[in-house]
Amino acid sequence: MEARRGWRAVPKVRQVGFFTPNEPPPPARTQSGPPDSNSPPLSNSPAGNSLSPVMIPPPRHLSDNLAHRATSPLPVPETSAFRRPIPGGDRVAVVGSYNPTDSMLGASPPLTSPSSRIGDGEFSEESSPGWFRRSNSAKFASSFPGGGFDLTSIKSSETLEVEVKKPVEVPGPNIAEKSGVAGAELQTESQSSSKPLKAKTTKAERRALQESQRAAKAAAKGEATGKPAISSEGAATSKPVKQQPSRKKDALPAATSVAASDRKGVDRPPEKERKKEVPPPRMQFDDKNRVEKAKKRAVVNQTEARNRVELFRHLPQYERGSQLPDLESKFFLLDPMHPAVYKVGLQYLAGDISGGNARCIAMLQAFQEVIKDYSTPPEKSLTRDLTAKVGSYVSFLIECRPLSMSMGNAIRFLKNRIAKLPLSLSESEAKESLCSDINRFINEKIVLADKVIVRHAASKVRDGDVLLTYGSSCVVEMILLYAHELGKQFRVVIVDSRPKLEGQALLRRLVAKGLNCTYTHINAVSYIMHEVTRVFLGASSVLSNGTVYSRVGTACVAMVAHAFRVPVLICCEAYKFHERVQLDSICSNELGDPDAIAKASGRMDVNYVDNLANKENLQLLNLMYDATPLEYISMIVTDYGMIPPTSVPVIVREYRREHLWI
Amino acid sequence: MADTLQNPNPNNISAYYQTRAAHHGVVTSDWLAQAQAAVGRHPDDVLPPEPEVKVAGKPFSVIHEFNNWRNQPDLAEAVAAIRALAAVIRNSEATTMMELEIELKKASDSLKSWDTTSISLTAGCDLFMRYVTRTSALEYEDFNSAKSRLIERAEKFGEISYKARRIIAMLSQDFIFDGCTILVHGFSRVVLEVLKTAAQNKKLFRVFCTEGRPDRTGLRLSNELAKLDVPVKLLIDSAVAYSMDEVDMVFVGADGVVESGGIINMMGTYQIALVAHSMDKPVYVAAESYKFARLYPLDQKDMAPALRPIDFGVPIPSKVEVETSARDYTPPQYLTLLFTDLGVLTPSVVSDELIQLYL
Repeated sequence: MEARRGWRAVPKVRQVGFFTPNEPPPPARTQSGPPDSNSPPLSNSPAGNSLSPVMIPPPRHLSDNLAHRATSPLPVPETSAFRRPIPGGDRVAVVGSYNPTDSMLGASPPLTSPSSRIGDGEFSEESSPGWFRRSNSAKFASSFPGGGFDLTSIKSSETLEVEVKKPVEVPGPNIAEKSGVAGAELQTESQSSSKPLKAKTTKAERRALQESQRAAKAAAKGEATGKPAISSEGAATSKPVKQQPSRKKDALPAATSVAASDRKGVDRPPEKERKKEVPPPRMQFDDKNRVEKAKKRAVVNQTEARNRVELFRHLPQYERGSQLPDLESKFFLLDPMHPAVYKVGLQYLAGDISGGNARCIAMLQAFQEVIKDYSTPPEKSLTRDLTAKVGSYVSFLIECRPLSMSMGNAIRFLKNRIAKLPLSLSESEAKESLCSDINRFINEKIVLADKVIVRHAASKVRDGDVLLTYGSSCVVEMILLYAHELGKQFRVVIVDSRPKLEGQALLRRLVAKGLNCTYTHINAVSYIMHEVTRVFLGASSVLSNGTVYSRVGTACVAMVAHAFRVPVLICCEAYKFHERVQLDSICSNELGDPDAIAKASGRMDVNYVDNLANKENLQLLNLMYDATPLEYISMIVTDYGMIPPTSVPVIVREYRREHLWI
Repeated sequence: MADTLQNPNPNNISAYYQTRAAHHGVVTSDWLAQAQAAVGRHPDDVLPPEPEVKVAGKPFSVIHEFNNWRNQPDLAEAVAAIRALAAVIRNSEATTMMELEIELKKASDSLKSWDTTSISLTAGCDLFMRYVTRTSALEYEDFNSAKSRLIERAEKFGEISYKARRIIAMLSQDFIFDGCTILVHGFSRVVLEVLKTAAQNKKLFRVFCTEGRPDRTGLRLSNELAKLDVPVKLLIDSAVAYSMDEVDMVFVGADGVVESGGIINMMGTYQIALVAHSMDKPVYVAAESYKFARLYPLDQKDMAPALRPIDFGVPIPSKVEVETSARDYTPPQYLTLLFTDLGVLTPSVVSDELIQLYL
């Protein structure tokens, strides 16, 4: 313990900004972990905190909530100990003790069946803000009866290691948990948190395994990630925060493989203890350990991309090209995976399905198939087992492509429904009820909501208007077609951008219906904005502080429109609202294929960047989403009517209540 | 429904603003004549039969009732409508809840269509309907007890609306300090109540009144304030920016409060709010809660037009167009606070209240 405290004293810091990736690591922090010191070049300054700046310590009350749900036979004092957010020296020490191989999970109590954990995690998600979800589930996990897991031993780093190992052993649901993708839905997070906890049962062998691995790692790498992890642990501002990163790391392995030069990871082990209180954070992909571990559990073989921008190291990025053929070849080998889910995953990976609504509907329909084909294994309860299965499928989908917020909300809804099934129902009745619930969700929250939105928004289109839209949003397309059918006279300007060029498909469809369209790229948006009267934009999600999270480029268009005093209307269904608050586009985002921006298709003469991908000092960044602040938005059109962006938390509050009543 | 509810002034001329002008009591003779015509015309329109209101044939007309209330200049139009609707319930001969609700809906629609440009009328009727029917009284077995419960709620709503002005006046006292200068635009009875209460509380302040063309609201308001011994200074509408340095706060009323938190008020309010905002002066709006409407204008032209003929005193050549809109929209970012009977609110709370009421 003392040693761990020492570790805590040295904060782990991540360099942000431009720097050469090959700098020698700073002097090793004094950590008792693996000899390798700090993590790769990045996390070197001792002053910083390895935790992502956006981590927020979870509230204490979460533990109370979780306490109610705890079903674990664990001795009360221990569980309560875990609940305390800032524990005494022990817990702190554990958190601080950073042993990269040790663990992703803090000393969490024995893992119970994944399904229960996931279920509870889900509950906790619902009751608490996103950041806290993971810790909640972690907490839960800790309270579950474990395979003779000794809580006191958790505090030791060894235990942590054991925990880390466990996830590897437990397939399925664990994978789901581990593969929390940065920016993935909370749900994933809770799953990830629950995963590590499960692995407690074979703590001894895991510990041994970890130590050997650690030794191997130390030998293999000059700078072990362990060091950074340790230092970060030490530096943890708060335990929960630490737990979060560690959780994330766990999740990460499932999703990505850690490149050799991965940076510091967050210290997982110390956080395991905290996990119970802290909702698992999203998976941060800059911890090599976690990434390794997640990778072991991954269904999809992904190789991490090489030159990655430092600022976005916490997001997963893979090299494309190999994933799809790899998955396709494994089609008949993946036993636990349902073919419908596999198919949807492949479609995501290939980019055949894109757009929040389409992805959500495809996923829900795949889950309907899963439920129809599901039969409860003997000795298991339907709710728990099904929740576990759903969790594992979700983790697979995350590996294919990180979840969008709409999908996250839908998954949370589904898990909620599964959990609320009355025990008296027979299996077939339960399955039928779930299928009809899914149908109702799709119908009410998406299909009918779109109709209401279209009606409201079309009333804002007047004759003589010039409407501008960016990219391709299915709702905006519906609005334009409906207004056209109503006979309104207007022009449309479609702004598009590389590399996806989604606007071209929209252009084709609109022109086919007879609308007057203009097409331009985003670099001309300020040129064309003076003649525009209204801007209609879609959204992937709207956050509680009114920030609109949408396709990258939307913020630009909204800003230019604001400068020209053109009203900006966001059209978004209410199920995409989220209570999270995001201040920038960095802390949570999705990284696309960097090669897509390097190559300009069809133009051989301008492919200058093509061969430079392997250069050390060139880093390619292909962001998928960005955050538009609420000052640029005039109105949000939802199925609840037209609301100002400041009223989003009101809708989240009301909607959430209704959601729980369903 | 159409025959009874003709807006006495077709061609989009807003009866609401005509009536308000009538209430202001004006100076020039032709103005007076116009006002007389406006006031005098309304009772005539009321006489046609009211089939949509009463099925049983009892001669009860909601419009008639409404006009009875409305002819008192002190009463807000929406309050008059609310009281008329309450009277509908009281005099209703329906025997089932559904029938009563349908009757109420018809009466409300007839009132609303009487003047479609009056936002507070529409909003007041809508809110009344929501408030009254959104109660568990409707589940009572006994129709009579349910009906009496409805009447009770209706009268309570009427009372609240009637007393709203006094509540608002009380709430705004804290914001008027000794030695302050208040700029007022338009003749709002709520703002007048606020200033009256402040004067009665022996606060020392002075008031700048804009002239308020074409209705000359400033003249009337300055008249009233002079009676209260409050120092008043009249400004022409163009002198607002010139005098804004000396002003400590701007007080306006509202014809309607829209969902974004902005207000629709007499023409000129937007201008004054812009000037005040650029000079960092707070803009306070005094509005009753029944004025919260489910509208969301994106710009000035996004509202139903409400026109009011302007008398320039000299004949205008026919080729010259005149902007006759009687009102404008002030977006929420230029407003500081709203004083309502629900409390002192920021503009973003309006949507919160509306969502809670309507969802």
